[in-house]
Amino acid sequence: MNSFAELLDRVAFEHSRNGKLRLMADFFRNTPDPDRGWALAAITGALTFRHAKPAIIRQLIAERTDPVLFAMSYDYVGDLSETVALLWPAPDEASVGHNRPPAPTLTEIIELLDETPKAGMPVALAGLLDQLDETGRWALLKLITGSLRVGASARLAKTALASLGNLEPNAIEEVWPGLAPPYLDLFAWAEGRALRPVTSDPAPFHAPMLAHAIEEADLAALDPKDFVAEWKWDGIRVQAVVGCDADGQRVGRLYSRTGEDISPAFPDVMEALCAATFGDAAIDGELLVVRAGKVDSFGALQQRLNRKKVDVKLVAEYPAHVRAYDLLSEAGEDLRTLTFSERRARLENFIAMRRPQRFDLSARVAFQSWDDIARYRRDPASAGAGEEAPAIEGLMLKRADSIYTPGRPKGPWWKWKRDPFTVDAVLMYAQRGHGKRSSFYSDYTFGCWREGAQGDELVPVGKAYFGFTDAELKQLDKWVRDHTTNRFGPVREVEANRTIGLVLEIAFEGVQRSTRHKSGVAMRFPRVSRIRWDKPAREADRLEALEALIGERKQTSA
Amino acid sequence: MADPLLLTPTPAGLYCPAGDFYIDPVRATPRALITHGHADHARAGHDSVLATRQTLDIMALRYGENFCQTRQIANYGEAVNVNGVEVTFHPAGHVLGSAQICVCDGKKRIVVSGDYKREHDPTCPPFEPIRCDIFISEATFALPVFRHPDSRREVGKLLSSLALFPERAHLVGAYSLGKAQRMMALVREAGWDKPIWIHGAVEKITDYYIREGVELGEIRKVTAADRPKLAGEIVLCPPSAIQDLWSRKFPDPVAAFASGWMRVRARARQRGVELPLIVSDHADWDDLCTTIRETQCSELWVTHGEADALAHWASTIGLRAKPLHLVGYGDEEETSGEEAAA
Ligand SMILES: [Zn+2]
Ligand SMILES: [Zn+2]
Repeated sequence: MNSFAELLDRVAFEHSRNGKLRLMADFFRNTPDPDRGWALAAITGALTFRHAKPAIIRQLIAERTDPVLFAMSYDYVGDLSETVALLWPAPDEASVGHNRPPAPTLTEIIELLDETPKAGMPVALAGLLDQLDETGRWALLKLITGSLRVGASARLAKTALASLGNLEPNAIEEVWPGLAPPYLDLFAWAEGRALRPVTSDPAPFHAPMLAHAIEEADLAALDPKDFVAEWKWDGIRVQAVVGCDADGQRVGRLYSRTGEDISPAFPDVMEALCAATFGDAAIDGELLVVRAGKVDSFGALQQRLNRKKVDVKLVAEYPAHVRAYDLLSEAGEDLRTLTFSERRARLENFIAMRRPQRFDLSARVAFQSWDDIARYRRDPASAGAGEEAPAIEGLMLKRADSIYTPGRPKGPWWKWKRDPFTVDAVLMYAQRGHGKRSSFYSDYTFGCWREGAQGDELVPVGKAYFGFTDAELKQLDKWVRDHTTNRFGPVREVEANRTIGLVLEIAFEGVQRSTRHKSGVAMRFPRVSRIRWDKPAREADRLEALEALIGERKQTSA
Repeated sequence: MADPLLLTPTPAGLYCPAGDFYIDPVRATPRALITHGHADHARAGHDSVLATRQTLDIMALRYGENFCQTRQIANYGEAVNVNGVEVTFHPAGHVLGSAQICVCDGKKRIVVSGDYKREHDPTCPPFEPIRCDIFISEATFALPVFRHPDSRREVGKLLSSLALFPERAHLVGAYSLGKAQRMMALVREAGWDKPIWIHGAVEKITDYYIREGVELGEIRKVTAADRPKLAGEIVLCPPSAIQDLWSRKFPDPVAAFASGWMRVRARARQRGVELPLIVSDHADWDDLCTTIRETQCSELWVTHGEADALAHWASTIGLRAKPLHLVGYGDEEETSGEEAAA
C-alpha cells in the first residue's frame, strides 16, 4: 500500500502528462499482481466501500487526539483525510520494536475492507491506519471516502498500462468494460504474455473513429465525389450498445467517447435502447436534448451532464436523444470492416425498420462541390437544417469507402467546424501557469466594458490559457510583468483602463447565462485568437455584445 | 508569571533590563545577542553584537563588514558576563553557528532557543537540551500535523525521481543559509557523487560552509550557458527562483522544494511544487514536545509560529505557558532581502 500511496502522492503533484504516464508505467512495471490490478481499479474509480465512511474517521480521530489541537490542525490543513493522516498517532517504534510487521498490501486492505461488517469497521480501519505511514494513511482515507481523484484520470492510467507493451490505449478501452479487477488477464496481455482477454460483455465499447480538422484551402486537393457530408451536431459523441447476456437478459450501455459508462445519467435513453424492438446493435451518434422534435442548445444538454443522481424533473424538462451517425454492429455482426456507404445503408434500414424511440438518423447533406459545402457551413438553414441550424457546429466529410478505424486516422474523415465567435476583451488579471509554464503568467482573465456607477468599467467575462504561440506567450508575460498594479499570490492584476490596457481577441464557441459569474455570462471554450497590440483598450467590446449572443448559434462572421 | 526583571518581551524583541541587552531584536539596539544568522533574527545596525564566531561571520557576509560597531565572539558552553548577567551560548542544531542563549542571574535560568531542530544534520553540531526554569521556544511547526519524516527518506525521493527522469533538471528550492548546504550534505551521504550545481544566490554562504570544513563535494555555480545542459542534475536555488525567469532555460525542470511546509499538500500545490521534500531546519511537533520536557522547565514562553497550539499543549501537561506573539520573526525566506533580490 505504501508504494501505491507514494505513486498517488507523486502523480498528484506532477504537472506534465508525460511525467504522470512515466510514473504510473514505472509503478505498474515494478508492482506484482494482483496489487497493481487493484491499484488500477482504484485509479479508474472501479472500487467502492460500503461501510467505511467519513463519520467513522471523525470518530476514530476524536478518540485519539486533543479536540483543541485537532480543530486547529483541521483548520490549518483544510482537508479531513490529510489532517487525520498527519495527526494519526502511529504506535511507538519502541513498543513495536523490530518485530514490526510489514505494511499491508493494497490487496490485503481491499479484502479486509470488503469482508468487514459495518460494526467491525472502526477497529479494522484503526488497525490499518496504525500499520501505514503518513502517505499510506492519506491514500487509504482518500480511497475509502471516494475522493481519490488526485490528478490521474482513468484514461491516463489505461494509457500507462498500454505503454508497458505496444498496445494502443484504445485497444484497452475496448476490452475494459468486460473486465474486472484485479485485471490479471489485462496485464498479461499488455506485457505480451497472453492473448487479448476474451470478454463476454454483451454490450462492449468500441473505440471510436475520430476526424481531423480541415481548412477550406485543404479541400481543393480532395474530390467531392469521394465524400459523403453530414451535419456535425453540437452535443456529445456517444455510443449506444445493447445485447443479450448468457441468461437472455437485455443489457444496454451508453458510453462517452472515452468509454466512460454514462448510462445511469440517461434513464430515458436507456429505456428506449433496452426495448425488445430495438434488437442487438451498437450505434455511434450524438447525444442531444430534443424538445418538440427540435434539437435544443448545448446549454440545455449541459443540464443533464455530470450529475451524480438522476433528477426526474430534469429528465422530463430536458429529454435526451441520440442522433445516429453510424452502425458498428447489428445482431452480433461486426460491421466495422464494411465501407461507410454500406454501413450507412444498414443504419438507414435499421432506423426505418425498428423505428426506435429517442433515436433518429443524422441526415445526409447532398452537395455537388466544395463551394456548396462552404455555403452550407456558413448557413446550415440554406441546406435544409431549418430550425435546427443553431445546433449545428459544422460539417463532417466522410469518405464513402472508409472502413471504421479506431483512433484518428488521417484522410478518411474530416470535420469542418463553423467559425468561432470572437470578442475583443481587455486583459485584467494574469496567473502563473503550471509545469513548464510555471515561470510564465499564462492564464488570463479578461473583461468587457459595461456602464458602472462611475462611468464605464470593466467586468471579467472569462479566462483563457491557450491559443497563443510560445513567442506570443513570452510577449504576454513581459507585458504582464511590466504593467502589474497589484499581486495576490500567484495572480497579478494589470493596468486595465481606458488609456492603458492590452486587448485580446478571444475566440469562443458560444455564450450562456451564468449566475456564478459577476458578468452574468459564461463563454464556452474561450481561447486567445489574436493579441491586439494595435487596439486601444477603450475600443474593446462591451458586455452587451456577449449578452446578445446568448442562445445564439448563427455565424456572426462570414 | 516570570521574573520580569530578567527577560521581558518588548516591541523590539526580548529585553534583559539587568544586563541591558536584547536577544534577536527586530530593530537596531545598543546591544544585541544574536542566536543565528537568518535575516529575521540577525539584523544589521546594532551598536554591539554578541554571537558565535560563525554567526558573526555570516552577518558580515550578508550585510558587509560594518553591520555593527563592535562585536564579541561567544564560544559554545563558555559563560560571558554581560553587565552582571551570565549568558552562555549552546548549540541549537538549526544552521551553522546557531545557538540557544542561556541567561542566568543566579536565581533564575532562562533559555532562549532561537530556531532549533533535533533531526540529523551533517552541517552543524546537534542541539543540546539545557535544564532551565523558563524555556523560550519557537513554534514554527507547532501543530501536531507537522511530523517531519526522516530527511534521508526525502532525499531518497529526490534521487529516485532523478533515476526515473534523467532527461529533466531537478531544481531544488532551499533557503540559502543552512537548508541548501544541508541538502548538499544529505545527497552526498546518500551516495550522489556528481557535481552539485548552485544558483548564484547560494554561492557565498556555501563557500563559507566549505571554508569552515563542511564536506560538500564538488560544487559548481550555474552559468547561463550551463542551464540547458543540466538534464539529470541537481541544482540548488532559492525557493523563489523555481518560478523565476531563471528557471526557464533548464531542460523540462522538475520543481522540488525542501521545506517543512511541504508536509501540507495544499501549501506545496500553492507554490506549484512538483516534488515536495519535507526537510526542515525547525523542530517538528514531536521534537518540540520532547525538547520542552527535556529542559524540565516549569514555564514555557513561545516566541513565534503556532504559539497558541504549543501553549495549549504545555498547559495540558501542567506547565505555565504563554504565547508572546513576537512580531517580525517567521519565514527566513520572506524577510531575506538578499534572496528576494537574487
Ligand atoms: Zn532560523
Ligand atoms: Zn526564525
